[in-house]
Amino acid sequence: MTTAGGVCRGVRTGARTGIRTRATALAAVLALALAGCSSTGGKRAEEERERAGGRAAVDTPRWTFAMVTHSGDGDTYWDIVRSGAEQAAVKDNVEFVYSHDKEAGRQAQLVQAAIDRKVDGLIVTLAKPEAMEAVVREAVKAGIPVVTINSGQDESADLGALAHIGQDESVAGEAVGQELNERGHDKALCVVHEQGNVGHEERCDGVREAFDGEVENLYVDGTNMPSVESSVEAELQSDRDVDTVVTLGAPFAATAAKAVKRAGGGAEVNTFDLNAQVAAGLRDGTIGFAVDQQPYLQGYEAVDLLWLHRYNGNMLGGGRPVLTGPQLVTGDDAADLEKYTERGTR
Amino acid sequence: MTATPAALAEDAAERGPVARRLPARPELGAVVGAAAVLVFFALAADGFLRPAGLGTVLYAASTIGIMAVPVALLMIGGEFDLSAGVMVTSSALVSSMFSYQMTANTWVGVAVSLPVTLAIGFFNGWTLTRTRLPSFIITLGTFLMLTGLNLGLTKLIGGTVSTRAIGDMEGFDSARAVFASDITVGGFQLRITIVWWLALVAAATWILLRTRAGNWIFATGGNAEAARAVGVPVDRVRIGLYTGVALAAWISGQHLLFSYDVVQSGEGVGNELIYIAAAVIGGCLLTGGYGSAAGAAVGALIFGMTSKGIVYAQWDPSWFKFFLGAMLLLATLLNAWIRKRAEASS
Repeated sequence: MTTAGGVCRGVRTGARTGIRTRATALAAVLALALAGCSSTGGKRAEEERERAGGRAAVDTPRWTFAMVTHSGDGDTYWDIVRSGAEQAAVKDNVEFVYSHDKEAGRQAQLVQAAIDRKVDGLIVTLAKPEAMEAVVREAVKAGIPVVTINSGQDESADLGALAHIGQDESVAGEAVGQELNERGHDKALCVVHEQGNVGHEERCDGVREAFDGEVENLYVDGTNMPSVESSVEAELQSDRDVDTVVTLGAPFAATAAKAVKRAGGGAEVNTFDLNAQVAAGLRDGTIGFAVDQQPYLQGYEAVDLLWLHRYNGNMLGGGRPVLTGPQLVTGDDAADLEKYTERGTR
Repeated sequence: MTATPAALAEDAAERGPVARRLPARPELGAVVGAAAVLVFFALAADGFLRPAGLGTVLYAASTIGIMAVPVALLMIGGEFDLSAGVMVTSSALVSSMFSYQMTANTWVGVAVSLPVTLAIGFFNGWTLTRTRLPSFIITLGTFLMLTGLNLGLTKLIGGTVSTRAIGDMEGFDSARAVFASDITVGGFQLRITIVWWLALVAAATWILLRTRAGNWIFATGGNAEAARAVGVPVDRVRIGLYTGVALAAWISGQHLLFSYDVVQSGEGVGNELIYIAAAVIGGCLLTGGYGSAAGAAVGALIFGMTSKGIVYAQWDPSWFKFFLGAMLLLATLLNAWIRKRAEASS
């Protein structure tokens, strides 16, 4: 495995420095072909792009902050939140501990574990506030500063959290609805990839609120991409009036774009959240716009705010939620966004 | 080898004319069920019977069917595979990450993925034959391990929980043509997965009904001890069946990769139950020794028709899962009822 990698990446550099004879170049091409290398894309292309690193910029004691989210396994969104938090932790000389469980009961247990470890700060999401209430109160009682992120802005202050950093899902939905109005759409399809998720419902309802046209919800199985594609395709075939598809998560936007292309009719695909594929879609026009809630910022700000609180007694928001979105992005922003999404920070 | 289907068929031939023997085929109940579902949605759902609609339904059925066929063979052989769903994702991840990290031609990744996936299937079968533990436990173990490996390794190697896009790499277009393209048959646009599906059904049916290995599979699932006593290499049959599931997982995995370019590492969980359900609807007994590959294909078709038919019929999406479950239960009951009647009349 490693030899193949060395060949694929090494031969190319050799060919670049040693421009002596045609034979060398020919040999290199042959070697590449024999090793089955790709001259485009891949790890080498990534390595050729520069990456940013970092180290601690402060000399405060090494505090431990724990983050406990309701993320499922392998969720791209939470991955970005986490890298934001980790980046801030490096800068702030903080020991950062991350854990997650999509089931509220088990998430509460993870918070309990963090309290037992006597962490210096706690960041939690309140996707199901009722289940988290007791344990968050306990953390507050134990003197641990708590910041909530992403979900639970209405409950955050009640439970004794110092601040909430996130996006109001209804507001984000309304932003989408308004943009759809401006783009002159009549009927939208809201693709829900997690049935029963309150935040998802709020997003679709927000769209419905602000959008002058009709909004229909389509529920798909988010863990099965071919099924998502065929369901969207089926819906578009059976309802020709739909002229825009709104997906609630970035990975589903590219899939919806494929389904639209296949079903014909040319509905515009727009999406909540962002990833590399969405950025590419924005650039080539297969995706109209995206509403980003800047997950990186949610992770980064939460850690940084806890650090500020520990160091300087600061707090943001004045008891109100600190909003990280909605930020509307289109093809005009695509060039920069692609750079950021590629490295996993947007 | 007295308990082979060929011998059973000879018994039946002695007993009655073709018309009365026919209902004893395992897939007959499923065929009737499929016809019922087809008629139902043809009446209830506008657009279901149009060429484009049928193309979508067949695609949905094929993505399930490619896996359901070898899973059915395995069940006829008396075993389960709970790791089949995530194995598809593993296969796609190996292929994608190898190509990307090594900057290799995507076909190299495809080629590397095959032995890796087959090795997982071999591991299932080998562990089963060595430990004599129930396959439920062993493949539950592999299922959980693979789920963890998919997430852990993807994050470790790529830095994010989804793979990087390999759409710009060499070999991608030709690999896409093989695993995820469209073909036009008599004016209809069909997905290539349908070809893979039908080819697998044909191959599996041939193995089951025309080869010695087929007799061994029935014998192993019917009564393993008796089969071993008459010289059937039961262990080899089981390992072979698990490797067969892995082969189909490799095909499905490559389809997943080349149709979406990016693979989400958390995908595939839960699909294993759909494959088993399709096989059972198609007439496979949970206890082994009975069933057919064509039946599993029809089971997959019922699944595809039901899941997309609900979308075409534009039913209230909140009830989606309920309708799906009820339809499946009805189809299975019908299947069992027809089999009973057939057995009673023969």
